[in-house]
Amino acid sequence: MKTKYMNPYLAGFFLGLTLLATIVITGRGLGASGALKSTVVATVHAFAPEHAASSKFYSENFNSLHENPLKAWLVFEVLGVIIGGFLSGVVSDRLNFVTERGPHITNTMRLGFALIGGLLFGLGAQFARGCTSGAALTGMAVLSTGGIITMMAIFGTGYAVAYFFRKLWL
Amino acid sequence: MFPLVPNLISEELNLIVALLIGIAFGFILEQAGFSSSRKLAGVFYGYDFTVLRVFFTAGVTAMSGVIILGYLGWLDTDFIYINPTYLQAAILGGVIMGFGFIIGGFCPGTSVCGMAIGKIDAMFFVGGGLIGVFLYAELYPWFEEITNASFLGNVRIFNSLGMSQGLFALILIVLAVGAFIMTTMIEKKVDPEGPAKGFNEMYHRLAGITVLAVGVVLLFMPDYKERVMNEVSQPEFLKTFHVQEMTPDELAFRIIDHDPKLSIIDIRPADEFATMLLPGSANLEMKQLFQKEFSELLGNRHKKKVIVANDENAARTAAAVVQRLGYENFSVLCGGMSNLVQTVLEKKAGGDNIVCPFTNQKQTFDIRQVKDTERFRSKAGSILTGMILDAKNSAVKPTKLIKKVSGGC
Repeated sequence: MKTKYMNPYLAGFFLGLTLLATIVITGRGLGASGALKSTVVATVHAFAPEHAASSKFYSENFNSLHENPLKAWLVFEVLGVIIGGFLSGVVSDRLNFVTERGPHITNTMRLGFALIGGLLFGLGAQFARGCTSGAALTGMAVLSTGGIITMMAIFGTGYAVAYFFRKLWL
Repeated sequence: MFPLVPNLISEELNLIVALLIGIAFGFILEQAGFSSSRKLAGVFYGYDFTVLRVFFTAGVTAMSGVIILGYLGWLDTDFIYINPTYLQAAILGGVIMGFGFIIGGFCPGTSVCGMAIGKIDAMFFVGGGLIGVFLYAELYPWFEEITNASFLGNVRIFNSLGMSQGLFALILIVLAVGAFIMTTMIEKKVDPEGPAKGFNEMYHRLAGITVLAVGVVLLFMPDYKERVMNEVSQPEFLKTFHVQEMTPDELAFRIIDHDPKLSIIDIRPADEFATMLLPGSANLEMKQLFQKEFSELLGNRHKKKVIVANDENAARTAAAVVQRLGYENFSVLCGGMSNLVQTVLEKKAGGDNIVCPFTNQKQTFDIRQVKDTERFRSKAGSILTGMILDAKNSAVKPTKLIKKVSGGC
């Protein structure tokens, strides 16, 4: 039998303490999309070094991440997220290869939309310099103006367009 | 004082810390149900407000912690990473991510978490995320301008809105609690069997009241630096604050004498310091007095530390700050830099001028002493002028700033 999820407020409290510990120990917050960026930068460097060298984006990010972008803080943090998520799945018996979807779409459609959604998130996070974790959540914790604006833009847009995408979920 | 990283934790250890923090982050996200796209998307359709509950509780908790630790002086908020604000990019990026959220049903952190327990849609989302970053990178020349437009600095929201940190925190907490109450009512209507069904009402009410009380407390918790600065710049406080004073003559004598026990802390603005600086002095901003990297300079018990400012009140304020921070053996230059310039360098006044205007202490001399003083000043004035010129030419700014923590998502 699958175990119930934790009370959301309690989970939020623990998540807040984790975020606070991160800020206190490292001076920075949590993140996720930064690891995606490091992965892309490292991959392009490995397979097309000349192309990477001629591009401002890759060279800027490569330099800022020292000799190896995969040694970046957020990459290790996200590896931890995978381990932590997996452990939680084990503890609560939720390990399962499934595709979650709304009742009125097919699995293939769901996967296609997940891909598109991920693409948009990856793209948007580059503009906003962070995603829900790095810009919005951490931004709220340290009261960053940009982070809070991004948070409002994410959720505001979500609500504004939810109606048009209701077939995906309801 | 925290954060630990730039000074106390090495880069390697920091990566292990990253892994451990990530494990905690991933475990909590999964326990909260963030590995499920249907649950995440529920926040936009009213059948499951878990995202809102977890997200805002986490934000409020961490924010309150940052404010409380900042108030106690344990966390130096000047050294934590505040995400920079690029207005247009922050909005544009947020809007794109909003579409990504509703279409994809995840955000990057939660998709990684979902992937970890085998959600196939989460794996596709992560793949899409990588493609998105790649597209951005390839199209960067087009995006560069808007990404970097309207840079406002690493601003904080309460400053942008022109209110105190505590007031903003309280408003945010009230909004969060209000949203929790409202969304729970909505959720119960949309789906009576939804997650809110199992909530223990009494505990939730108590928790809500506690959080609101914390919000009210935060209202009275300014940042430690701000608090100390407020206290020491009160006129009543400065009136009764006692600190040793050093006359311009004594300071000139000690400088010329190359007194090894003398240490001059100059708190004038950097540009004024650059145009005229006393030999061997260190230029610090008022803010930097709080930083631990200067504790060696400020905490050296064997030196007589003189604080030099444009006017004596500023020097006294700085002396009060360092005393509050636990440093000892400070004095202030009487009448500020201008007094030194007038009496010693320009030899304007006679022997009976007011040298310590703050205490209104007049030096009264008999004729012989006046003569001695004049002789001293005429000699000291020219020597010191030469030394100041030398110091200016060979000036190496003695202050160094430790690198700020870098961050970003």
